Amino acid sequence: MAATTSISEELRNRIQEVLANVPDPEIPVVSVVDLGIFRGIVEDDTGNAVVQITPTYTGCPATLVIEQSIREALANAGLSGVKLDTVLSPAWTTDMISEEGRDKLRDYGIAPPPKGSAATSVRHSTAVQCPRCGSKDTQEVSRFGSTPCKALWRCCNCAEPFDRFKCH
Amino acid sequence: MDKALFEYLLRLGDDSLVLAQRLCEWSSRAPTLEVDLSLSNLGLDLVGQAQLLLGYAGEVEGQGRDEDRLAYHRDAEEYRNCLLVEQPNGDFAQTMARHFLFSIYRELLLDELVGSSDTRLAEIAAKAVKETRYHAELASDWVIRLGDGTEESHRRMQDGLDWFWRFVDEMFAVDEVERVLIERGIAVDPAVTREAFDARVTQVVKSATLEVKPSTWPQTGGRQGNHTEHLSTMLAEMQVLPRRYPEATW
Repeated sequence: MAATTSISEELRNRIQEVLANVPDPEIPVVSVVDLGIFRGIVEDDTGNAVVQITPTYTGCPATLVIEQSIREALANAGLSGVKLDTVLSPAWTTDMISEEGRDKLRDYGIAPPPKGSAATSVRHSTAVQCPRCGSKDTQEVSRFGSTPCKALWRCCNCAEPFDRFKCH
Repeated sequence: MDKALFEYLLRLGDDSLVLAQRLCEWSSRAPTLEVDLSLSNLGLDLVGQAQLLLGYAGEVEGQGRDEDRLAYHRDAEEYRNCLLVEQPNGDFAQTMARHFLFSIYRELLLDELVGSSDTRLAEIAAKAVKETRYHAELASDWVIRLGDGTEESHRRMQDGLDWFWRFVDEMFAVDEVERVLIERGIAVDPAVTREAFDARVTQVVKSATLEVKPSTWPQTGGRQGNHTEHLSTMLAEMQVLPRRYPEATW
């Protein structure tokens, strides 16, 4: 499937390494790679490497910050020639969050969306596990939370409130 | 320039932008903190959608106007949103009635636009429809909760639906601009979604113990720039800063 490309494997790896260390500005424990915001690396007409990213929510204010952080990180790594392009299609879903990303979210206190749940409606979602005590005795407090991607929940067992990454 | 496509994108984008501004007027004034969060989040999604749609409109026009220029430097008569979204918030039940009717209309429309022959528009629709499903669910839940609530909340919810119903027909009206685009496979004939709209609205309204009273006096004109007086006062507030200080940047 890979078309002929003049982008070396080495350059690809270097770019990916840089991106793996660019945190999400609102959930800094996960990187843009963990979240699936990073789409891939393509080549433009002039042979330059272009990093493709995709927004999570159309209105997410973090999108601009993420763009800037990626540009900065690439420049700091001596890769300022690498371009950045935002693509919409296919639309981002929570299924694009990596396994590692899900684990990091849970450790951080945010209940990750179960894999394969992107198409399901929040209203009919299955029991959500409390990221602190692991209990499934939990309740939705507000379907919209502190950022577009999160809902507000509480645990009826340990009584702690927690964020839940919305299925999307 | 593809004038019809430009017009159509303005209609879609302005619906989003104007409703976003209305929803954000609730910030710090909503009945509870959770509702406050919800309404601002709905507004944020709509601002994001407006950015994509108006940004694309500006490119189609080819006059160098970007989404900000289109948002902040057009007067009311140049806006192409439907009348429903520009109406004042009223009480919370009215805001929910407006959002209920709009987001169901919009979800069905976007679902169809995913198949548009215009790739860019199809991509934007695929992105936006996922957000809009949340909006329709939230608004439907509130219509039921208020309708099937106390005597007072029931009365207010019914009043809200009665008031906003007069603006429903406009969302499904087709003029020459849209007819051309429908033939080209770019726009969606809203008539194909009307039946589904009526079915979904009726289902929710029934479980809310409310009723739909068809309006005998449907209002139209927004798509052609004939707005109610409320839009210009809303825009005056929204646009004051960039108009007073055109070169201002964040």
